[in-house]
Amino acid sequence: MSINRRQFLGLGGAAVAATALAPGLRLIELAQARSPEEAVTSLHRWGLLIDSSKCADGCTSCVSACADENGIQSHNRPATDAQWIRKVTLKDKQTGHVQTLPLMCQHCEHPPCVDVCPTGASFKRADGIVLVDKHICIGCRYCMMACPYKARSFVHEVTTGQKSHAPRGKGTVEACTLCVHKVDRGDGSTACADACRKEGHQAILFGDLKDPASEISKRLASQPSTQLRADLKLNTGVRYQGI
Amino acid sequence: MRTVKLHRLVSGLALAAGLILASASSLAHDKEAHAAGKSGRVPLPVHNIEKGDQCVEPVELMRRDHMKFILHQRDKTMHDGVRTTQHSLKNCIDCHADTKTGSVLGKDGFCESCHAYAAVKLDCFECHSSLREASAGKDGAAAVPPASTARALNVSQKKLSESRKDMKP
Repeated sequence: MSINRRQFLGLGGAAVAATALAPGLRLIELAQARSPEEAVTSLHRWGLLIDSSKCADGCTSCVSACADENGIQSHNRPATDAQWIRKVTLKDKQTGHVQTLPLMCQHCEHPPCVDVCPTGASFKRADGIVLVDKHICIGCRYCMMACPYKARSFVHEVTTGQKSHAPRGKGTVEACTLCVHKVDRGDGSTACADACRKEGHQAILFGDLKDPASEISKRLASQPSTQLRADLKLNTGVRYQGI
Repeated sequence: MRTVKLHRLVSGLALAAGLILASASSLAHDKEAHAAGKSGRVPLPVHNIEKGDQCVEPVELMRRDHMKFILHQRDKTMHDGVRTTQHSLKNCIDCHADTKTGSVLGKDGFCESCHAYAAVKLDCFECHSSLREASAGKDGAAAVPPASTARALNVSQKKLSESRKDMKP
């Protein structure tokens, strides 16, 4: 059996189309679910959008949810207790307007904590999450000095009751991990965002800043938002509204 | 000169004889210990674990090189977000935790007893939880894994959970 000229050209065209489209299809596939054996890629950048106008005064459910999720225990010593997220109260001195907002690691694109770390313990994952590799951390606390948001804590006390997904140890620095274990599991949310939603405030939204179809990207594109200390040009992964 | 040499020879012989006697007596002591079901002066570690007959790698390899597997996995998980279970510390603990305490530490704990026997310092649990996941973090999300995690469970772990079910009375 032989094929005529028309059939040959048709087959050739299909082959060309397949080679042209295949890499694109592969990219779409990568941009979706990641299996546990696959390394994180820069196709995603995880972040938060926090609407401080929805953040209720006196509510600390995000703070307690974070502590529960990551096994952070208080020793009733506020000066040295670890805090991955804290509520900050802002007051306009002229008008007297008071508002509160949760503040945590801003997961900068250009993190100063990573710049100053002498051992390489402070690092940014390919998907934009800034972490401390406590295996390498020597507890020098340079990163705590460098962070303009005071987002990091030093563990002063012997730790007990750690969660198996969140190891914590005396003598190392730690901060918000953007619930990296949940991100890797594919939960698509953080403990603080879940808690805020459960309280009915919906002030915290987690999502992929690089996915134009994600809710966070859509809101960032359509509504005004701001970075804290945008003048530092750190390009934070946590954005704020209403401040 | 000659007397000095002779003196040295005699003292040397006495030392050798003393050493032979000492080693003979310790050998005899070891034999007694074996007869009493012990292994020398230091008793062999005893474990009380559910699993352990089939590890993720051959047992001989694990005994000598388990720290290399864990170290390699540690960096992959921390920096690349690779969460495979085969060589993860969490998987070690889930299998090898004590049936009563749920921990790999403690006098008869899988990790601690052997590390004490080998006199090797164990650093992992200064930060990591030594408890099996079921007893460490009791969050609902862990109990019902989402689709992505369900896919993550490799064949060996599936087998493991099945055999665990079988073991329960």
